[in-house]
Parts: sequence; structure tokens; C-alpha cells
Amino acid sequence: MNGKTSNPKAWLFVLPVVALVAFNALIPLMTVVNYSVQETFGDNVFFWEGVKWFEQVLHSDRFHASLGRQMTFTAIILAIEVPLGIAIALAMPRRGVWVSVCLVLMALPLLIPWNVVGAMWNIFALPDIGLLGRMINGLGIDYNFTQQPIAAWFTTILMDVWHWTSLVVLLCYAGLRSIPDAYYQAAKIDGASGWAVFRHIQLPKMKRVLTIAILLRFMDSFMIYTEPFVLTGGGPGNTTTFLSIDLVKIALGQFDLGPAAAMSLIYFLIVLLLCWVFYTLMMRGEQQ
Amino acid sequence: MARISLQDLRHSYLPSPRTEADWALKHMSVDWSDGGAYALLGPSGCGKTTLLNIISGLLTPTEGRVLFGDEDVTDMPPDRRNIAQVFQFPVVYDTMTVYDNLIFPLRNRGVSGADADRKVREIAAMLELDDMLPKRAAGLTADGKQKISLGRGLVRSDVNVIMFDEPLTVIDPHLKWVLRSKLKELHQRVGSTMIYVTHDQTEALTFADQVVVMHEGTVVQIGTPVDLFERPRHTFVGHFIGSPGMNVLPCTVDGGQAVFAGQAVQTADAPTDTNGAKTLEIGVRPEFVSFASDGIPVQVTKVSDAGRYRIVDVQHDAATLKLLVPEGEDIPSGSAHIRLDPAHTRVYADGWMLNGGAAA
Repeated sequence: MNGKTSNPKAWLFVLPVVALVAFNALIPLMTVVNYSVQETFGDNVFFWEGVKWFEQVLHSDRFHASLGRQMTFTAIILAIEVPLGIAIALAMPRRGVWVSVCLVLMALPLLIPWNVVGAMWNIFALPDIGLLGRMINGLGIDYNFTQQPIAAWFTTILMDVWHWTSLVVLLCYAGLRSIPDAYYQAAKIDGASGWAVFRHIQLPKMKRVLTIAILLRFMDSFMIYTEPFVLTGGGPGNTTTFLSIDLVKIALGQFDLGPAAAMSLIYFLIVLLLCWVFYTLMMRGEQQ
Repeated sequence: MARISLQDLRHSYLPSPRTEADWALKHMSVDWSDGGAYALLGPSGCGKTTLLNIISGLLTPTEGRVLFGDEDVTDMPPDRRNIAQVFQFPVVYDTMTVYDNLIFPLRNRGVSGADADRKVREIAAMLELDDMLPKRAAGLTADGKQKISLGRGLVRSDVNVIMFDEPLTVIDPHLKWVLRSKLKELHQRVGSTMIYVTHDQTEALTFADQVVVMHEGTVVQIGTPVDLFERPRHTFVGHFIGSPGMNVLPCTVDGGQAVFAGQAVQTADAPTDTNGAKTLEIGVRPEFVSFASDGIPVQVTKVSDAGRYRIVDVQHDAATLKLLVPEGEDIPSGSAHIRLDPAHTRVYADGWMLNGGAAA
């Protein structure tokens, strides 16, 4: 508090936000915590169970399997969407009428409701009537995403790349646009190659927006539910059952509220931990 | 190193310029001699940066040729012209150390090893950056970063010309002076041509041997600071350089003499041929106007103290003049008479000095 005045009245201004956050985040979270340590058979009768559900979830093969699928999925889409997004942002025109055209085209997938995206791709990829499905089969490749795990993964990843690469593109493009012309001119005069310009000017200047893009894409993909649920329903078998889908199956399908609550909390902590790791890694060196 | 010639240059940012106003740079031919210290002076938007970017190759002129020595470089990109440029805002490669920043242009040109290292250390010493070499460039202050920008030009031995585009804009006032004298010193040590763009007359006059004054896309005068002060070829130069600027008074010419306030005014050159000019004016700097017992009758309207001298505003009909009165001298109040020093009073026709001042 050095040199700063403290004014207790300030709390009054913060109060509405605190109340709002309490209602939409803290209270629901506490109910989840409440469920996670108790057993219920309905009628609002609860029995204390301690950490039993947590132990059960942590030792469950089913949880390990969906966590593994989730990690793989997120790693793959980050590995595709981030470099692809940067490449598209670099290729976009810097001025002229095409800028707005490109921006609108890029924004389009982001404006489509998630379940619509799932439904679109479901029909698009159907092997008998879908444009994509028919085309792939027409090329002589046996493709049926409702039956083949690899085809299901391929379709889900393609759908996510189509849906979300734009976000990376738009953020990177904004970062690129903020670089003054003088940097490019100086690099030209210094005789820098295209790669050197990317490595020493564009990438460092994009770092902040790229951090945001990666964090957003990580969190969203790690919590993905709607699109694969509509597209594959988690199948064939459990091959595209990611964490959220599994969680919903346990909570609403089997109505196992205790294990589902414990799993939610573990899920939440994993997301929080990984976000922190990403953020720390990418912001390292910023303070130097 | 070489002489730089701009031949019949014109530039427009529009695809098909129609009127004279469409040209950002109007027709000009300018020679810059090898090793000179030039300043390109003019108000914002007069075309100085355009001219600079044409010399550096960042812009290709609409018309005309750019020659370095005998070689036509008009269509060459900046990296092949062997020029260096320091921009308004410091450009450093944030992720690199100061050392890597300085050696970067050399590495890009395939120079490395002991030679490059020696050169970098020599330039760093010259710029007083030696202690900073292992530090990250991003952590430096604005003046440090601007020194790096300059250093990246100085390390190259092949540089024809170093150009500065208002390089002191973001530097703290007390460091501006330090950096400016550093530049002057560097020019003497490295001997390459330097062109310094600025809208600040103090910067231009202290740095340059030759000042190129630009106004609305035209070079109005090229000369030494003394030339610009004593013999402004255009009323704009008179206005822009000097503080306060030159007095410009409407006049008529009658019988080979300038007439102001019903009196014949003695001028440095007799205005023999006015070429049917639309406007005729007398130009005289406040330094060369003094109170006298007879001469042009005026009313004293304002006196402002500027330290060693006072600036006095006087009025004759609608025309106002400023004159400088040294400390300690009496200033008449109310009605008075003034005298213009004939050796420094000139007649301007349509803005240009008559007799020898027709074109730049």
C-alpha cells in the first residue's frame, strides 16, 4: 500500500460484481464440491463419503482413457491450428479492399452455433449422401466415420480446424498489423531474409496475441463437447468420447452425481494447471 | 561511397496524378556531394520523408532517376543500394542482444568471424554502447535503442549514405542535445554522407553543413545556415528559419525601387524586372530593423522580453513588423520611426527573391 490511499468505500463498487460472480460461479461450484463428497439416492438425502469419489475417479480406467483421448485431441488440433493460423495471417493482404473480404470470410465459421457446426459436418461427412464422405469414398478410400475410429477422429479434427483456425488467424493478424512499417523497412535495409523477418520481428511482436490464442484454443478444445457430441456422439464405441462427453454420460446418463462431481473438480484443476503451465512458459523472458 | 544525384524527380502517391497538387514531390533535381552533412528541413507534410524514402529505395519515384555515383539505382531495392536509415521510432530486434542487433546486418551480408566482431566492438565503443553489448535490446531506453538503430548502419563499411528520419522525436529533451552532438562527431569520424530529416530548425542548423529547405513538395533553397539566414531565396525560408521569422511586407515597385508606406525603400538589389508578378513583397529579418529618427512611421503595439533582447511589434496601417532591440536600449512608446537595413532587405516576387532568387 506504499503511497496509495486506501478507501473502504471502493468495496461498495466491487460488490455488484462479487455478487454476480458468486451467483454464476462460486455457488454452483460449491454445490459441485458438496456433491463430490457425498452419496445420494434422491429425495435430498445425503451420506458423507469423504474422498471416496475422488479416489474412484483417479483410479478409473475409463477416466484415464478419456483423459488420454482428450490430451491427444488437444495436442493435435493445437499442432495444426496454431501454425496454420499464423501462416494464413501472414498470407493475408496488409491493405486494400481484400482485407475486409478476408476478415469476413475468416469470421464466418466463428459465427456459426456449435451444434450447427456439428450437424453440418455430420451431413457433410456421411459416406452415402455427404459431399465429403462421397468424395473420399469416390477416391477409393473406404471412409465411414460412424464406424471407423480413425475416420471419426479425422472428421472431428477437420471440423475443429475448420471451425477454430480463424480465431488464431484473426488474433495473429491483429498482432501483425500492429507492427509499424519502419520495422519492415529497417529489416529490408539490414538485408534480412524472409525467415529472419518472421523470426525476429513478426513472431516476437505476435507473442502476446499468440499466447492468448493458444490459451483460448487450449481451454476450448480441452472442454469440447457440442460438436463431437452432435457429429459422432462419442463413438464409434468410446473412441471419440472426450472428457466433457464422458462427464455428461456419468452425470446425466447414469446419474452418478458423486463421481461426476469429483470428476468435474479434477477436470477443472487439470485445465487450471495446464493453463498456468502454458502461460508461464510463454511469458517467460517477458520480465527480463 | 558516392555522390547522390536526383535527376528530374517527381513523385505522386496517386496512380494517375492530374493537378499540380496531386504531386507529393514536385519536379526537382538535387545533387548531394559525397561526405556531406545535409539536413532536410520543412514542416510536416512537405514531402521530406517521401524524398528520403526515394533515396533509400523504399519508394520508387513516379518520374526521374536516382544515381549513386554513375550507377542508376532507381529500381534497386534498399538492401542493394548500400544505405542505412534511422527511423523516427527506434527499431530494434527485441529478442536479440545489443551485440546481435549490431552484427545482424553484417551476418545477413555474409560477413562474420573476427572482422565482424571487431567492427561491432569499434562501433559500440563509438556509440558508448560497450557495456550494453550482452544485454537484451528490448530493455534499453529510447536513446539507447536509437543508438542501436544508428549502429546497425555504421557497422557496415559499404554504406553510401546514412539517413535520419526525425530520429530524436522520442528522445528526452536533455538527451537530444547529447545525441545531436554525438551525430556531428560521428559524421566527422566516419565521413559518410548523412541526410538528416527534421522539422526543427535548431536540429537542422546545428547538424548540417548544407540545409535543404522544402515547402509543399518543392526544394525552395539549399544553402549553408548562414545563407538561409542572410539570403533566404523564398519568403517561406525567411518565415521558417529564424526566431522570430522574417518580416514580409506588401510593397509596390516604382521606377526600379521598392515602395512601402509611400516611401522608397533601399534594398540589396534594385528590383529591375518584376516579370509581371502577382504579389510583390519586401522581406527583412527583425535583426535588421531598428528604430530611427526618421523613416517609416509606425505605432509600437507590443514588447515581449526574450532574454538578451526584446521583440517589439510595430504597426503601419495593416502591416505589422517585428524588430529586435538589444537589452538596455530604449524603446519608444506610441509613435516612432523605423529603418530597414538596405543590405539585408530584399524584394520577393510571388514568394521568390528577385534577382538571383528565381528558381531553386
